[in-house]
Amino acid sequence: MDLSILTDPIFRLPLLVGLLLACVLPLLGAVLMLRGEWLAALGFAHLAAAGALLALAMGLPALSGGLAAAAGGAFAKGAGRVSGNMAYGFMILGGWASLLLIAANSAHGEMLGNALVQGQLYFAGPVDLAGAVLLALTSAIALPWLMPRLLRARLLPHHEAANRLPAWRWHLGFDLLVAGGMAVATASMGLMAAFALVLVPAWIAFRTAIGWRRTLAWSSLIGLLAYLTAFTAALLLDQPFGPSVVMVLLLCASGSLALTTRRKGSGQGHAD
Amino acid sequence: MPAEPRPPALLAVDGLVAGWSRPVVGPVSLALSAGEVVGLWGANGSGKSTLLATIAGLARCFAGQVRRASGVQVAVQPQAPVRFTPLPVTGRELLAIAGADAGSGHSASDLPDSLQRLLPQRLDRVSGGQHQLLSVWAALSGRSRLVLLDEPTNNLDPAHTAVLVEILAARAADRAVLLVSHEWDFLAAHCTRVLELVSEPNRDQGLPELIAVDNFANGPLDTH
Repeated sequence: MDLSILTDPIFRLPLLVGLLLACVLPLLGAVLMLRGEWLAALGFAHLAAAGALLALAMGLPALSGGLAAAAGGAFAKGAGRVSGNMAYGFMILGGWASLLLIAANSAHGEMLGNALVQGQLYFAGPVDLAGAVLLALTSAIALPWLMPRLLRARLLPHHEAANRLPAWRWHLGFDLLVAGGMAVATASMGLMAAFALVLVPAWIAFRTAIGWRRTLAWSSLIGLLAYLTAFTAALLLDQPFGPSVVMVLLLCASGSLALTTRRKGSGQGHAD
Repeated sequence: MPAEPRPPALLAVDGLVAGWSRPVVGPVSLALSAGEVVGLWGANGSGKSTLLATIAGLARCFAGQVRRASGVQVAVQPQAPVRFTPLPVTGRELLAIAGADAGSGHSASDLPDSLQRLLPQRLDRVSGGQHQLLSVWAALSGRSRLVLLDEPTNNLDPAHTAVLVEILAARAADRAVLLVSHEWDFLAAHCTRVLELVSEPNRDQGLPELIAVDNFANGPLDTH
């Protein structure tokens, strides 16, 4: 096993892109879990993948098409005043069908489509890094404003209507943030890796953490550790990154499940 | 000796006919001022909760109007508090989200002991009654000066009902509370006024409208 590959400069930029995404995506996942809309990640990811492939077919950067398609989905959801996972079910279907049709009717489409689904983080370039940095900065600015409003909307659902608040601002704002995040993540690390980083860390944290802040902290930490493990393992073992990170996250979920089941069985409280 | 002037109303309802897809209650007129805890009583299906929901802006106003004093924020506590599983939000965080700021010395020290110990717990690990009490406290301790409580005694055993009474007494002085309940004894004992929704069979629409009930000692008017 050649460990020197880990310090190869060629992998520094992909490592940095992935680190930023592994930190931010679980935070978005926690809020999606809170809203009962975890399927959003997969919905936006499918739209982003289809948009990215269309952009590539037109000779444009993949990220531009992915962002446009995912943002279009967020606006459509807001305009239709749809909430819950149903809207994302339709996004998945629309994105999947579009992705395959575009792939079947464009040069190298099938190969590029597969790359988007499977993930090619090691080929991430400056555009992906710029997207990841922009996502991290936007999240750092927007989430502190969005978070209390989204928590209130979920836990005190009548408050917005009773006080005639312009709730569409924070609901659409968060949808756009998720759409942007999934577009950036799908273009750089692939559809399923991005979805797994949104879903699994938040799922584990929701079961174990006591308190919302800790849930966010645990989500990000689990995402980062799983990402670093998968990145290293995939490089050393010469495996594709996307399936590797999904497998590591699934192992984390299994471990968490076993641990909490054992603690419940022995009458202890939940971990925190 | 002249009567003390009534403080300005935080809520004024004038000729309100309310419902969801069709009118089910009204016309109803009432006014609430700070310091009042007004009970809304009536038979099942009389439209108590619909009236409350319309005042909250959730149901449809078919006629009349609902006016609030300028800048008055409203807190609404539904019949069944929203409960999700899993939900890693603690009681303290719920109060903070509601603007009740349980972390500050003032509110935390006011909190009844039975609720104090719920603050560090996850909301999905407290009982329905405990969650209900936390929600009522959140509604009454936030920035809202108009508080609408729908069946706040639901899910509560006598011990928890006593805590609810304690909360109402401690927190309702500087705000107006409109409280729907089917428990006459509770309303009679703890409200400054009780209004009853009654149907008058000789009216054209036959929708329930409000009458004031002021004879607490003898129970509600014999209309049901």
